Amino acid sequence: MTEADPVRLYRTVRLIRRFEERAIDLVRSGHVVGGIHPYLGQEGVAAGVCAALRPGDVVAGTHRGHGHVLAKGADPARTMAELCGRVTGLNRGRGGSMHAADFAVGVLGANAIVGAGGAIVTGAVWARRRRGEDLVGVSFLGDGAVNEGMLLEAFNLAALWRVPVLFVCENNGYATTMPVAGAVAGSITGRAEAFGIPASVVDGQDPEAVRAATAAAVGRMRAGGGPEFIEARTYRFDAHHTFEHAVRLDYRPPEEVARGRSRDPVEIAGSRLAPDRRAEVDASVEAELDAVVAFALAGPEPDPAGALEHLYASGLTARAGGG
Amino acid sequence: MPRLSYRKALNRALADELARDEEVFLLGEDIRVAASNVTAGLLKRFGPERVRDTPLSEQAFTSFATGAALAGARPVVEFQIPSLLFLVFEQIVNHAHKFPLMTGGQCAVPVTYLVPGSGSRTGWAGQHSDHPYSLFAHVGVTTVVPATPADAYGLLVSAIRCDDPVVVFAPAGAMEVRSDVDVASLRPVPLGRGRVHRRGDDVTVVAVGHLVHDALAVADDLADQVSVEVFDPRTLYPFDWDGLLTSVSRTGRLVVVDDSNRSCGIGAEVIASVVERVRLHAPPRRVTRPDGAVLPFAPALDRAVQPGREQLRSAIQHLMKDG
Repeated sequence: MTEADPVRLYRTVRLIRRFEERAIDLVRSGHVVGGIHPYLGQEGVAAGVCAALRPGDVVAGTHRGHGHVLAKGADPARTMAELCGRVTGLNRGRGGSMHAADFAVGVLGANAIVGAGGAIVTGAVWARRRRGEDLVGVSFLGDGAVNEGMLLEAFNLAALWRVPVLFVCENNGYATTMPVAGAVAGSITGRAEAFGIPASVVDGQDPEAVRAATAAAVGRMRAGGGPEFIEARTYRFDAHHTFEHAVRLDYRPPEEVARGRSRDPVEIAGSRLAPDRRAEVDASVEAELDAVVAFALAGPEPDPAGALEHLYASGLTARAGGG
Repeated sequence: MPRLSYRKALNRALADELARDEEVFLLGEDIRVAASNVTAGLLKRFGPERVRDTPLSEQAFTSFATGAALAGARPVVEFQIPSLLFLVFEQIVNHAHKFPLMTGGQCAVPVTYLVPGSGSRTGWAGQHSDHPYSLFAHVGVTTVVPATPADAYGLLVSAIRCDDPVVVFAPAGAMEVRSDVDVASLRPVPLGRGRVHRRGDDVTVVAVGHLVHDALAVADDLADQVSVEVFDPRTLYPFDWDGLLTSVSRTGRLVVVDDSNRSCGIGAEVIASVVERVRLHAPPRRVTRPDGAVLPFAPALDRAVQPGREQLRSAIQHLMKDG
């Protein structure tokens, strides 16, 4: 989508918002074990970025990854089934929240290791372009990742070899509990600029602003440019991880949280729709999510006998562990 | 018959696979000038897109290879020194190895990691002399340690064609081996299949990598006292348990010579796996590096912590006295 499409953008942020809220309900009810890293508050980034991509483009996500997976086009029902550990999930129940992947729509996976996706998506884009395919890649990363050496090495490789990867830093202010000011010397965009990668800052709470910035960067990349970098300033509305719902950690002043929550991407995108149009979208999202949750909970759980299926692509089987 | 060197066998395997499959490409430091001499002539023949020299960014280029493999390429990553595997252990184990299972079988990661000159090179001291093949066997990454030029050729070819990550250790102690080989007879060697280099009736010596040549020398020395069978697993993971059990079931005795640190080295696994299945005539023995060994610099000290022929000879003789 190189043109603005307010309805579609709103639907995506609303879908991600309600998906996450339903997922938190399922964490509380015990259907999603291990908890999740909620994307609440950051929906505008995934929605805006992916609105400017084509189906054949690839993205690598983060541990806070449901938004990226959904915005790139993965089936919400199979995504929720994955969170619930069902064989009907995207990863057949083998990945869960932190590894949800859908290669068919270009999602190379959420990745639980901070900063790991950059080099992976760079290699994937390079290999496919060598074959003559026309695509770009996106590496989503958080503000914590900009202090990971592996990611800085990936910036260098992508820039040196002019691989069209857009690095999208979702600066939500905190790496788990560590504030950016306590972790980042210099600046976030300065890291990209040090490698000659064009970098800009965008309001991550405004999905249309994110889409426009992405479309501009991706346009330059498709025209033969190398990697680009966008710092999307955003705010995490909820916990780092749902474990915080039980164990309150004191690292964000309530006034700051209130201020952060006052700029809500769902409201910002929703305000651009006529009220009745917005109500229609909301109703359609609710109906879809009712079906999504029903599908997820109806899926069978995997057979423990197949716990190590897919360990090897070559067909190798591992020795059993029992005596 | 022409004499084929181990090093030339690796070079020939790379050249043959680059010529056979357009998706194969090489990645590594100083490979354009063949600093390790394994990639000699390949840049000229295949060009810089397929013989891709890298900056000193091991973590990024290892994951770049993972990404390329996810996109259908077959990268071969060369590491000039074995200790670099510690630096990229995370990228190999946490990403390349885990992606197929975590994604529920959506992808394969056919990357080959080649270490020309693993183990001691004499005088390269603490940070250039490791032999960490047991670590990769432990985590379940296919691990090969060829002893001879023909096996070096055949196993490297099979590694490149394998749909899973494979680490190929080419021991420094074997790199100078030359043998009479009809080049036209070189073939892929199947992964996971061992080889009996020398038939014997009294004791099976399992020797890893360059130590096969030491084991053969000791077996010859002891020929008038004891009939030694020398079993070369060639692949440490998956291990050829059937082949080894066939040998040990016949000889009833087992010695392992293994250039790993003693604790949790592959020698321990070999002994445990055999005694779970076979009642031996005498307690098995192993000759290894000491626990927690760091190779000291001075040549006499370096040799003192590597398994040697004297230790192997002594182990065999003591074992024969034990029963």
